[in-house]
Amino acid sequence: MSEIIRTEGLRKEYELGAETVRALRGVDLVIERNEYVAIMGPSGSGKSTLMNLIGCLDTPTSGEYWLNGQPVAKRTDDELARIRNREIGFVFQTFNLLPRATSLHNVELPLIYAGLPTKERRGRAVAMLGKVGLGDRMDHSPAQLSGGQRQRVAIARALINHPAILLADEPTGNLDSTTSEDIMRLFDALHRDGQTIIVVTHEPDIARHARREITLRDGVISADVRSERASATAPAGAATG
Amino acid sequence: MSILDGIRLALRQIWAQKLKSFFGLIGVLIGSMFLITVVSVVEGMNRYMEEDFARTIYGLNTITLRRMPSVSFENDPDLWRSWQSRPRLRHEDAEAIDDRLSIPALIAVESSNGSTLQNAEGLKVGNVWISAVTPNFFRIRNYDVARGRLFGPAESRVGARVIVLGHETAEKLFGSRDPIGRTVRVGGREPFRVIGVLEKQGNLFGFSLDNRAVAPARSAMSRFVNPPGVVDEILIRTDDSKLLDEAALQVEAVMRTRHGLRPSEPNDFVIQTAEDSMSFWTRIRTILLIAFPFLVGIALVVGGMVIMNIMLVSVTERTREIGVRLAIGARKRDILMQVLVESATLSGLGAMLGIVVGILLAKVVEAVSPLPATLAPVWIVVAAGVGIGVGVIAGLYPASRAASLDPVVALRAE
Repeated sequence: MSEIIRTEGLRKEYELGAETVRALRGVDLVIERNEYVAIMGPSGSGKSTLMNLIGCLDTPTSGEYWLNGQPVAKRTDDELARIRNREIGFVFQTFNLLPRATSLHNVELPLIYAGLPTKERRGRAVAMLGKVGLGDRMDHSPAQLSGGQRQRVAIARALINHPAILLADEPTGNLDSTTSEDIMRLFDALHRDGQTIIVVTHEPDIARHARREITLRDGVISADVRSERASATAPAGAATG
Repeated sequence: MSILDGIRLALRQIWAQKLKSFFGLIGVLIGSMFLITVVSVVEGMNRYMEEDFARTIYGLNTITLRRMPSVSFENDPDLWRSWQSRPRLRHEDAEAIDDRLSIPALIAVESSNGSTLQNAEGLKVGNVWISAVTPNFFRIRNYDVARGRLFGPAESRVGARVIVLGHETAEKLFGSRDPIGRTVRVGGREPFRVIGVLEKQGNLFGFSLDNRAVAPARSAMSRFVNPPGVVDEILIRTDDSKLLDEAALQVEAVMRTRHGLRPSEPNDFVIQTAEDSMSFWTRIRTILLIAFPFLVGIALVVGGMVIMNIMLVSVTERTREIGVRLAIGARKRDILMQVLVESATLSGLGAMLGIVVGILLAKVVEAVSPLPATLAPVWIVVAAGVGIGVGVIAGLYPASRAASLDPVVALRAE
């Protein structure tokens, strides 16, 4: 297996008034291709900061970060935008779809920024919506969709550019338990297809789907557990139900 | 992201917030409407002055030689007295100019007065503008007959008693009957045979150009306009407008010689061209053209400020959306472009509506006044360009605010 993510001594500090908040105090982390990782920890543990750094939304104060073999800690804003566009697929707790746009337009948005021609964008967005089971909801706006369907649109948008990692921040935080289970089964299926997935969550039920649980406390990794039991609780099949 | 995608996105956004967008673009709408309307009316007045007014009074490419100015705002009695004592123009002056002018030109004499015309039944029509002219007069003034014919050089030489009537005069005298071949008496005395009726000319500042009668300069008509041999004005028309100034110089030289003026003495005649008559109008137009960009400018500045505010609100409201766009790969410049394109599309839309309303307004002015509304297409381009420019400038600050958002902070926004 090849490395997708490697961080060495990753630190993030920021000023909050007169105080310096040390959100991350040296994180060393290696995530291989096709891993399924849950990042856990109480609020204030630094897991959001770590997610922002992994997702190239932010740059570390110090330390190194290689994404897909390339150092990305000290990139320009434009280069980071390109990496976010090509290598990272974000899934948010609040879905973050454009409210006035159709499912199709939401899904093709990353391809617009990638500079693809309209026709190709359309084709790929249609195919991706089909893959997440929303082939019949192309022209619906988010308001016309259920929470689970919205999150599926968001997942389709995250995957449209074949990112190296799918980065989900509390992806089921706004969903009921049945729908949450549906979404997690979709994640399981994507993982089986070879997708590298990182889920940030504070819910053990969600983390259980992952094959590896990383726990953060006070800006450092306090536990890193690989488990085989996850596969037992999430049997294969019917993932896109 | 391409500009086209940006415009499509902007239109979607504008359409989604119809009411807010409408208030946003109304300032630019008013600005460009004002620009188009004023330009149309000023251009229309300009064409009216150049083509109708100037051509009617002085004629195109035409020099008018007179004893004193035909239109003057001078009210110094001494000046008027000195004008009155100047030598009169005569037929011989016209002939001398014809002999000596080295530039190909049409030359005619004209003398006019007001008089009364009477038909065979004794019906009188008053205040007719009667003129005694040589045949080139018609060609210089571009007059032609609607029916019948004009008189020629032979009739002019012998002073034949033939007359060409204005459209209105013919109608008043003869109603629906054919006036050709009938007799009219000028001043109730001298009989003339009607040979033609002029094409309809319309009117100038409410003064009818069709209530007139034209007869040969050496005919009995001359008794009603001037002492024998004297003419009011000599008209010289060149084919080429570039030769007009040269012709004016030659005419001046001929007349100075004929009047025996020493180099130190001023001209005792005036040479008028259509351009002279335009100078007054040109002054008005200059004032309008200075004043109106100022007014348009105010409307556009206000419009720009409204758009800037709307865009600032819009950007603030969509902070989260901008965060999402940044997260999925939009560069700062994509966000900048999106806001700028949206702002420019909004004001461009305002400008387009303003152009349409402005053109309609100019048409209304045209319908209720004698001014023709003329609009050079370049002004539509200017109005659209200025409108879009206002949008771009107004969008700069909101766009730079949007583009400088930190994606992490923007994603956390409510």
